[in-house]
Amino acid sequence: MAAIKINHEKCTLCKLCIDACPFGAIEIRDEKLFINENCNLCGICVKTCPEGALSKEESVVSFADISSYKGIWFFAENRDDKLCPVAFEMLNAALQLKRDIGEDVAGILIGNNVKKFASELTARGADKVYVIEDSMLEHFQEETYASAMAQLIVKHKPNIVISAATMIGRAFIPAVAAKIRTGLTADCTDIGIDPETKLLVQTRPTFGGNLMAKIICRNHRPQMATIRPKMFEESSDVNNGQPDIIIEEFDKSSLLNNIAILKKERMQNTVVIQEAEVIVSGGRGVNDPKNFEMIRELADLLGGAVGASRAAVDSGWIPYPHQVGQTGRTVKPKIYIACGISGSIQHLAGMQTSDYIIAINKDPDAPIFRVANLGIVGDIFEVIPVLIKKIKEARKC
Amino acid sequence: MEIVVCIKQVPDAFEVKIDPETKRIIREGVDSIINPYDNYAIEEAIRLKERFGGTVTAISMGPPQAERALRDAMAMGVDEAILLSDMAFAGSDTLATSYTLSDGIKKLGKFDVIVCGRETFDGSTGQVGPEIAHHLNISYITYVSKIHNISDGVMECSRLMEDHYEELKACLPVLITVVKEINQPRIPSLKGMLKAKKAQINTWKSENLEGDISCYGQDGSPTRVVDVWTEQMKKDGRVIEGETEKVTDVLFDELKKLGIV
Ligand SMILES: Cc1cc2nc3c(=O)[nH]c(=O)nc-3n(C[C@H](O)[C@H](O)[C@H](O)COP(=O)(O)OP(=O)(O)OC[C@H]3O[C@@H](n4cnc5c(N)ncnc54)[C@H](O)[C@@H]3O)c2cc1C
Ligand SMILES: Nc1ncnc2c1ncn2[C@@H]1O[C@H](COP(=O)(O)O)[C@@H](O)[C@H]1O
Repeated sequence: MAAIKINHEKCTLCKLCIDACPFGAIEIRDEKLFINENCNLCGICVKTCPEGALSKEESVVSFADISSYKGIWFFAENRDDKLCPVAFEMLNAALQLKRDIGEDVAGILIGNNVKKFASELTARGADKVYVIEDSMLEHFQEETYASAMAQLIVKHKPNIVISAATMIGRAFIPAVAAKIRTGLTADCTDIGIDPETKLLVQTRPTFGGNLMAKIICRNHRPQMATIRPKMFEESSDVNNGQPDIIIEEFDKSSLLNNIAILKKERMQNTVVIQEAEVIVSGGRGVNDPKNFEMIRELADLLGGAVGASRAAVDSGWIPYPHQVGQTGRTVKPKIYIACGISGSIQHLAGMQTSDYIIAINKDPDAPIFRVANLGIVGDIFEVIPVLIKKIKEARKC
Repeated sequence: MEIVVCIKQVPDAFEVKIDPETKRIIREGVDSIINPYDNYAIEEAIRLKERFGGTVTAISMGPPQAERALRDAMAMGVDEAILLSDMAFAGSDTLATSYTLSDGIKKLGKFDVIVCGRETFDGSTGQVGPEIAHHLNISYITYVSKIHNISDGVMECSRLMEDHYEELKACLPVLITVVKEINQPRIPSLKGMLKAKKAQINTWKSENLEGDISCYGQDGSPTRVVDVWTEQMKKDGRVIEGETEKVTDVLFDELKKLGIV
């Protein structure tokens, strides 16, 4: 069993490891260092100890033929008969990995009548596209998608498989990883190749963005990750010789399952906020559902989406899909404009990694100002209408 | 109907503080709570029992102190609670966590509906629910926002996707992960709290489970956390006060500089 071992003779009880442990797993019991059940075996303490008193014992469980796994795959998400922009972001992420390990990049298309998208992917740099088509794959469903993707992986043995951490990606990729018995790193903000080991190094935020972690998958293949939208630019046009488009034969009986979709109901007025470059959000300060019109108008002018704090959603001013925060959606737009939002830690958890944050709030002590790049102390009902007027005037001339 | 709800204890978000010098999360005096999403899972499990009869069992894997989260769940109205706690489970990633939880659920025997939160506050992978379904070889539906009915072994429910709602039908047993929209969790009653305080919480160790021991804990975890660090939350931002015209000018200029007006 893997464990952190303590050499009590070397340990000077300097407590550096206690401070360093992010999980509160090290304590002193009976004047001796003790590792409790909170231990995550992350090994930070081993690196911190100046005396070399700590070490990590690992039992090596090795996958049979790791080296036979080759290729970088990305899931090319499509919805409503269109390729999603995130598909090209994933393609670009895959191309960056290709530069370091030189393996082919392949896109995976799953759906009904999706073959037509393959040339868009190859035109932007994919070496290969695998197409899995069937009428049963017309609508997204966790099990059918997972079983199609897992079959393909077992057959072709890719080294790396990535997908966007969209609602669809996060819903079915875990089942793919579990079927193959490999690791899956969630919601990465960055991925890269370690120059020495050639392993995929996956960086992701946890604890609402307060704690960053680097994660690897050493002994299992493929190495799998979901990646947040907007972390990579979309790939651009390239000419890459003779790409391959492969229509996959697969076992269709594996698509039979216990779930049926009865109907789909499109939401009105919603932009997928995780994919927006600009988000204008309203909180308790907006005060009334009618006033969200003002927020929406500003968002429209800036080409952005409307977000909201939990307070505004719970008051029924705007539907839940707009909620940003710990129990809503995590977003990372280029620009986030918080209007009348106090900035509870739960809200911050969902937006504090945005590239640029602007906050308008009449309370100068509002916690939102602590994460804002630009804070405006003012009444949203005065500031926003004036701002809207200015933008309109500027656009006119 | 047998209903199982999976819950995790996490540090209270309100209190996560970063030591400005060491840049580590300060753990001392930090309270632990039920993962926020899991309150919706518990509430929905209890409502299912109230609507369709049966029992609700809460199960958690974690250190011994996670017992408190289970007691809090019992105070809300959960009937039984199981804690999976053993040093052998330490260092579990989602594959090992879900494997261990599914072994616990198998040991419970019969199950019709398993309810999980959409994701946790600390790990926030959202992977545990779907992976449990795989280990138990049952169907699952993510992001469930309403359960309309269960009859003759079929559940009808709605779920929330990025830009649409879906209505679905699923044969039991099924695992669901729930979003906040599904309900408003109740506050435990005094009677519930007293009952929970005295309740028996069963703790199972690895030897009480029937799974493959090499699939537990870090040995059963393909992923390794090789480094962690804290991000500076504080931006070197500026805060502007003054007349509406003036502050709006600053704001307008900034938006121009950012290239969006
Ligand atoms: C910094 C850091 C980063 C990590 N990153 C990854 C990663 O990328 N990939 C990975 O595989 N693992 C990762 N882990 C490990 C992962 O957090 C643990 O396996 C954890 O026990 C379960 O995952 P989660 O908290 O993300 O749960 P989620 O999958 O987000 O939880 C969803 C639901 O599953 C149920 N659930 C989850 N955990 C339990 C439990 N212990 N007991 C009962 N029910 C539960 C609850 O209903 C919960 O609402 C990471 C851990 C750390 C500390
Ligand atoms: N008209 C307003 N303009 C700007 N900020 C406001 C306005 N009304 C309320 N607020 C702020 O909105 C926030 C509401 O936060 P909360 O009550 O915590 O949801 C508070 O920080 C208030 O100061």
